[in-house]
Parts: sequence; C-alpha cells; structure tokens
Amino acid sequence: MAISVSASDQALPGAPLSARLTPPQVWGIVLLAPYILVFLAFVLYPVCYGLWLARQPSSYVALAHDPIFARAAVNTLIFLVIGINIKMLIALFLSGFFVQERRWIKWLSVIFILPWAVPSIPTILSIRFMLNPEWGMVNQLIFKFTGDDGPNWLNDPAVALAMAIGVHIWKSLPFWTLILITGRLAISHDLFEAADVDGATFWQKFRYITWPSMQTLYITCTLLSMIWTLGDFNSVYLLTGGGPADLTHVLSTLGIRYLRLDQLNLAMASIVCAMPLVLPLVYFMMKRLSR
Amino acid sequence: MRLPSLREVSTEARLLLIGIPVFIWTMVPIYHMFLFAISPKEDAFSGKFWPDHPTLHNFEIVFREQHYFLRDFYIQFWNSLVIAAAVGALTLFVATAAAFSISRLRVPGGRIVMNLALFTYFIPAAFLAVPMYRTMATYGLLNNRWSLILAMMTIASPYAIWVLKQASDKLPVELDEAAVMDGATTLQIFRLVYIPLMMPSLVAIGTYAVLLAWNEYLYAFLLLSNDRDITLPVALGNFLAADDSPWELLMTTGFIYALPPAAIYYAFRRYMVGGLTAGAVKS
Repeated sequence: MAISVSASDQALPGAPLSARLTPPQVWGIVLLAPYILVFLAFVLYPVCYGLWLARQPSSYVALAHDPIFARAAVNTLIFLVIGINIKMLIALFLSGFFVQERRWIKWLSVIFILPWAVPSIPTILSIRFMLNPEWGMVNQLIFKFTGDDGPNWLNDPAVALAMAIGVHIWKSLPFWTLILITGRLAISHDLFEAADVDGATFWQKFRYITWPSMQTLYITCTLLSMIWTLGDFNSVYLLTGGGPADLTHVLSTLGIRYLRLDQLNLAMASIVCAMPLVLPLVYFMMKRLSR
Repeated sequence: MRLPSLREVSTEARLLLIGIPVFIWTMVPIYHMFLFAISPKEDAFSGKFWPDHPTLHNFEIVFREQHYFLRDFYIQFWNSLVIAAAVGALTLFVATAAAFSISRLRVPGGRIVMNLALFTYFIPAAFLAVPMYRTMATYGLLNNRWSLILAMMTIASPYAIWVLKQASDKLPVELDEAAVMDGATTLQIFRLVYIPLMMPSLVAIGTYAVLLAWNEYLYAFLLLSNDRDITLPVALGNFLAADDSPWELLMTTGFIYALPPAAIYYAFRRYMVGGLTAGAVKS
C-alpha cells in the first residue's frame, strides 16, 4: 500500500492512469487481471444470476409446501451436526494413534490415506454394491453366519442416510486425521515428558496438554468440514440417489434434483435457504484465515 | 534379545486393537472393487473373499471396448486426461500470476481480491453448480470441454492463490530488491527469481488442481452429456442407468480410473502433505 501512495504523490495531477503507475504496478494489474476476469465471469455473474432467479417469494412458498425440501433440510442438519462431529472425534482419536512411533503404524498411515487419494466415484459405487440386499457382500456374510437375510440397507431412509454419512466419513476421515496429526506433532515433547515425571494419567495429559493446544485447530477443522460437507454431492447421490422416495436428499442433491426437473427457481431458492447456515460459517472462517 | 515387559505387550496389543479395525475399514471398499475387477461374473456375485478363478478377462474387455457401456472408453479416458491437464496448467498460470501480483508487487486492491478469492473457496461447490450450469448455457459452452475446464479452474484457483500467497509471503523482500538493483525487470524477477523459489508449492498446487479435475463428478455430469464428450467418472455413473449393470466391468473401469490419481498422490505425497495440509488450516 505504501508504494501506491508514494507513486500517486509523484505523478502529475490529471496525468493519464498509465503514467501515474510505476512499471511494477502496471505488471501487478496485468498479472492479476486473469483471475479477476475468471472471478467476474464464473463467480460473480453466476452468483448474481442465481440470486436474481431466486428473487420471487412464490418460490419460497412452493419450497415450504414441498415435504422433500423439509426432509432434505433435516437430513442436511443431521449430516452436519451428527456426522461431522463423529468424524472429527474419530479423527482426533486416530491422530493420537498415528503419532505413536512404530514402524507398522508408519506403514498403516500410508495405507490409511488411500480413501482420500483415490477418486470417490468408484469406491462409493463399490460400497453401494456391497450393500446390495441380494448380491452384496454384507448380506451374504450375514446369511452365512446367521442364516437370516440381512436388512435392505438402502431401502430404509434412516439406514440409507446413516450409510451415506458412513461413506462421507470413510472418504474424508484420512484428510482430517492428517491435519490433526500435524497439530499434535507441533506440541512440544517436553510437556509430555514433564507430565510423565509428575505421574500424569493418559486422560490428564490429554485434558491439560493436548486439548488446549489443539482446541483452535480442532474447531477450525470442524467448521471447515461443515462448510465443505454442505457441498458433498457424491456421497448421497451415488449411494442412494436421494431415494428411497426422495427421503435421503441433502440440500446439495436437492438443488440438482430441482434443476433436473427444470425448476430452476426452486433450485436457487433452496440454495438461498441454506445461506443463513453457510454465511456465518464462512464469515468466521474468513476472519480466521485472512489474518 | 530382551523379552518385552508385560506393560509393553499390553500397550502393543491395545495399539493393534485400534490398528486392525482401521486397516479393515480403510481397505474393504477398495479391496471389494479390486475383487470384482479380477472375478468372472458368477464369482463376483457369490460373496467370496477370493474368486475361484481369478482372471484378467475384465481388463481385456475394458481395453478392447467390448461392451455397450465401454464403447467410448479410450475417448473418455482421453477427455479426463486432457481436462485434468488443462485445469492444472490454467490454474497454475492464473494463481501464480495473481499470487505474485498480490504478494510481491503489492498491487493496489490485492487484499480485496484475496478476500474475494477466499470467499469463493468457501462457497460449497455443489451450490455454485446450479448457477454455473445456467451461466455456461448463456455463454454457449454447454457440452464443450471448455465449460468443464473453466468451471474447475474457477473452483481450484482460490485455494491455489491462497496457498501460493502464503508461500510467497515467506520469501525475503531483499531478493526482489537485489534483483531490482541489478536492473532486472518485473518479468525477469517473476521468471528467474520467483518461479524457481516457488517450485515446491507450484508442484503441490499443480497436483491439487489436476487431481481435483480428474476426480470431479458433479460438474462433469452437469456440463457434458454426449457419450464422446463425457469424462470417465460420468461414464461410470452412467453404468447405473441399466437394471442389470455389468458390475464387474464397472469396478474394473473404476479401478483403472482410480490408479493414476493414487499413483500421482503417492509420488507427490512429500509435496502434498507439506504444501497443502499446512495451508489448508492455519491454526
């Protein structure tokens, strides 16, 4: 900023813009221009267009009368509040496991990252077939051991949603565990040694050393994961397709459902309805990251 | 050789009690996919842990495009490849230029652009998909591979700019000043000083953008629809359209599709872990 002030001081008033900028600043603008163009054409314009489509109050009335929308909103909340918290708690626990210094744990951590490294489509479809009531591996195992037919996993909305959450956890647990591991490794080892000398228990070490230093990271991760999970289309769409009877939709798949039914206004209105949930999270994250 | 104490044994046992379930949980869906890929149809559906007659026949069918669902396999693979490479290259170009401009040249308004980019990063991609689809239709780009390339670049660049800006803020200002003293122009600083120093971050970001584009399903499925234009993940999703989908071929194709990103990930793991996780969440 200091450069720009001094530059405009030196320039003659009324001189053309190019004369008032130093060469590095001209280059700065030229180099920033591609992203600004991308932003204007593919972020600002679509967002404004979307908001314009969502302007009619009648869309919101229609949404309020659509039971699938209410169901999708509840499913989204379950996904975020229960699913993400379970995932982050497991990640916190596993990060403690993976920082143990053993050769086999090193190897396991390399394998553990696989769900994150491979694309989600084939693995989700693989899980989908495993849960197939007749031919899937899960029910065949149940039959082998108990002689009973297993449940029709994806045909019960509650179970199907739980399975979709499971798929989401399977896919993204490695990433968050990895981040929490870096958080744990940043804690000074001396603290734990001192605690050991004082005879602190496992739980006391966690409560008074690990948690205080990881608290901020953990909460940031949870919020970030919540924002991203709002956009998790694949886990639900490819596992259940929103079914049975459109009862397992979440907001991200619902928007696409309306789009396919050619109800663009409803699609945008349903997304606008999610904004009270998204914007506070985004505001909080922006404050945190732009420091 | 010293016998381990009882305490050590019990610690080890407890660790194994965690490690074994973690291993099974991680591997089951991937192993299941692999199992289908090497099983003839009747073995795949029998629920066995290892096929009676393991075979590579499924791979042969895929590579020879000998099935209705696979008749465009090579062109779809090529589409995925071209789109991923283009997204990687364009994202690197746009993000490196922007990060250099914001961080090193301190262009007026750079901070605002950075915040706008960060804001974009936090819009869930599935929410932006609906208006993006309409926008691409307005621009007349639907069913054109550029629509997917531009859309994925839009999604990849905010994070890319942010990570690259964090990395370039760490480079000492004296470097630029010394180069200016020697009479270097801005472009020379960019090319000869900045790019070489930023290499590790650039590798991480390039890999990130390529993998993001290769793995993308939703945007590809919305923006492209002709059988010869779509990418592999969309083709995999299309298998579900039939009631009697050839699951063993679906899993084989999926396995082939999953190999390149896994290989890239493990090859660049050093950069990915250092460059991305540190940037992903600043505590």
